[in-house]
Amino acid sequence: MRDVLEIGGKQITNRLFLGTGKFSSNRLIPEAVRAAGVQVVTVALRRVDMEFEQENIAAYIPEDCIMMPNTSGARNAQEAVRIARLARAAGCGNWVKIEVISDNRYLLPDNYETIKATEILAGEGFVVLPYMSPDLMVAKKLVEAGAAAVMPLGAPIGSNRGLKTRELVRILIDEIPLPVIVDAGLGRPSEAAEAMEMGAAAVLVNTAIATAEDPVAMARAFSLAVAAGRLAYLAGPGESVEYARASSPLTGFLRD
Amino acid sequence: MNIYLNGKATDVPDGLTIAELVAQRMLNPETIIVEYNYNLVKKECWDGIVLKENDRLEILRFVEGG
Repeated sequence: MRDVLEIGGKQITNRLFLGTGKFSSNRLIPEAVRAAGVQVVTVALRRVDMEFEQENIAAYIPEDCIMMPNTSGARNAQEAVRIARLARAAGCGNWVKIEVISDNRYLLPDNYETIKATEILAGEGFVVLPYMSPDLMVAKKLVEAGAAAVMPLGAPIGSNRGLKTRELVRILIDEIPLPVIVDAGLGRPSEAAEAMEMGAAAVLVNTAIATAEDPVAMARAFSLAVAAGRLAYLAGPGESVEYARASSPLTGFLRD
Repeated sequence: MNIYLNGKATDVPDGLTIAELVAQRMLNPETIIVEYNYNLVKKECWDGIVLKENDRLEILRFVEGG
């Protein structure tokens, strides 16, 4: 049976989403995408720097990928909506990762503004994936607002600290009828696997891959971990108990 | 004449069109997005828009991001 994640009418079989920031060279991006079999890739929108010539990021993203612009830089719902509209009008498809941040130290999302932006953009036909602090009531409001998935953070962006929000993410997975995609903070493949074993629908990883010594190999490692975690979730892990339960028969071998 | 280009007061010749400004700055039209006084304008329309005093022009592009 094919295990497919459906979002916005697209069928996704690779549950590792890749962010494109911080790679030492843009040339590594398509290599990482191919090594990991990634299907969803994020980009940002910024003012052109008139002083320096810049590369066109779209040229490094394989054409069969879903390019998901984020609204990074937005400090409120209105700015996020403006960025999303520009990105769509520029031919970037209708997926958008809502990211509204006004806290510069921890880069934690503004859940309230995120809900407002989600409602407006979902109403305009966008496939909205909001980056959020894992709060159950906020996630429920995002469902009502028309989000296509929710993307709780594992730890602050770029921190590589792992799934620090484990218990709250577990509640979202339990209660929210949308795909829960763990975004931000995952630093190692084992942490991505853990999120997937818990029942996350996908994970979005950027810094941990882009800043690894060998980003292409790390992309592959994350992809394998995500697939393993997903398979384990589907396989249904056995219960954990306090005391030992022998795996071999307890009858004596040479003694009676 | 003064316009606000990416938020910065910028002196440009009178009668300049968006298409001319893009060419003058040696930007690749295929990779940029132009917002003129808060409205997105498609490439095909750049030729027909003559910039006026205090216009606001944002020139954007997709960049790497997570």
